[in-house]
Amino acid sequence: MNWNSAADFFAMGGYGTYVWGAYAVTLACMVAEPVLVARRHRQARRELGGAPR
Amino acid sequence: MSTTLRFFRFASPAAFYPLAGKLVPWFSGVAAILAAIGLYLGMLRAPTDATQGDAYRIIFIHVPAAWMSMLLYVVMAFWAAIGWAFNARLASIVARAIAPTGAMFTFLALWSGALWGKPTWGAWWVWDARLTSELILLFLYAGYIALVSAIDDTRRADRAGALLAVVGSVNVPIIYFSVIWWNTLHQGASVSVTAAPKMASVMLLAMLLMTLAFWAYAFAVIFVRTRAIALERDNHAAWANDAVARAPVRQGASS
Repeated sequence: MNWNSAADFFAMGGYGTYVWGAYAVTLACMVAEPVLVARRHRQARRELGGAPR
Repeated sequence: MSTTLRFFRFASPAAFYPLAGKLVPWFSGVAAILAAIGLYLGMLRAPTDATQGDAYRIIFIHVPAAWMSMLLYVVMAFWAAIGWAFNARLASIVARAIAPTGAMFTFLALWSGALWGKPTWGAWWVWDARLTSELILLFLYAGYIALVSAIDDTRRADRAGALLAVVGSVNVPIIYFSVIWWNTLHQGASVSVTAAPKMASVMLLAMLLMTLAFWAYAFAVIFVRTRAIALERDNHAAWANDAVARAPVRQGASS
């Protein structure tokens, strides 16, 4: 293991802002996109009168 | 011959819709597992870099996002061209389904690159060949999305989009070779087919796992979007009504 403590891990050797800034935006995008695309698919099914799924 | 015919059966939205629906959970699962292993290795096991400190850990999303941004553009242009040349409706639908995901990965490559550039180069952004050509890629995705949604006649929009996508694909080799062709601040390729990788094996393994995770993610999201667009386009077709009526009611499931 590379880190001595959780605080050490989150500090990222002083680069925490940059590293977590990159990871947070990536996570937000890759969570938002599947949610939006599933909503679009549900909407398409609803307009065909099918069960929302 | 008969195998070929059976394969082409899936060129019809009616046949592809249920197939894609079955594949989505598998791709989602593979993406989640590979990302978990990749992040464990990259963030917890990989050692700190001797020159860049821990800032280099951005590589585990930056490089996979940049690779996917280029790969998805080529795949989008390919299917757009097939849809145009052979009047294949599903191919055009797939091309449209790829564009938003490709644009998202391009944005993530630029964003993670800016956050990596600041601590290592001292600048969020520089107008050098690699960064500028990647920014042009983002504009090409945006232009494609804007163009196909601005034309009311669906098939005409598909053809216009295909022309833009195919012409724009000249940008992809420019991005890839920009670090060789021009004197640039951006570092050269860390991984190549012909030379030993210029990085520790645990770092390389984490980066490749993250790339495969992004790839599986892209399949899952693009297949759901393909299904959505197919239903939207064919909402008077019998197959679409059948597909919706036949599917079992599962509240809360997301595909």
